[in-house]
Amino acid sequence: MDWDIELIGEILVSAFLVIGGLFALVGSFGLVRLRDCMQRLHAPTKATTLGIGGVLIASMIHFGMSGEQISFHELLITVFLFLTAPLTANFIAKAYLVYRVEESDLPPTTGKYGWAIYHDPPKDPADL
Amino acid sequence: MIEYALWFAFAAFGIGLVFTLWRVVRGPHSADRILALDTMVINAIGLLVVYGISIDRQVYFEAAMLIAMVGFVSTVAYCRFILRGDIIE
Repeated sequence: MDWDIELIGEILVSAFLVIGGLFALVGSFGLVRLRDCMQRLHAPTKATTLGIGGVLIASMIHFGMSGEQISFHELLITVFLFLTAPLTANFIAKAYLVYRVEESDLPPTTGKYGWAIYHDPPKDPADL
Repeated sequence: MIEYALWFAFAAFGIGLVFTLWRVVRGPHSADRILALDTMVINAIGLLVVYGISIDRQVYFEAAMLIAMVGFVSTVAYCRFILRGDIIE
């Protein structure tokens, strides 16, 4: 059995595809399985992003083996998703806090202004 | 071997899409629905990338990139609308 480069590439592509599919499936299943909205926020923002990363690494290896030069614009999607997943999670958590948590349940902000999700931002730049 | 891995990845992302659709329909709060829509966008990107591998074309990466950008902007717009009652102030 000769270990040529194509066989190793094929094994790597298959392994990354299976790992990525598993992580995405676990993330989407956590969205159904977990009980609370704040718990549900954990599963898709981490596991599904990792699953996309695995699949994109698999496609990088695949097109790098078959094409003439290795391509890096799959990394763009990975970097973009890894940058935007915490932002969307933060926004969704804020949107949940507005409706479900009273302002009196939160600790004081030790400033002139309250929590940003309940009050308008300060008009004067010196108050920031 | 790679065909079986491709079929597994297709099945995983497809079942993930069904799960997110169930959460969109069921979700008790609008934050759940926004989260499920965001996850649905991510699963659609995964399906596009796996399909691009299976038919050996690189065109689908541009489509996946565009879907990622539009999905992020739409998620932020939904959350801004819930938070402030307006998207661009």
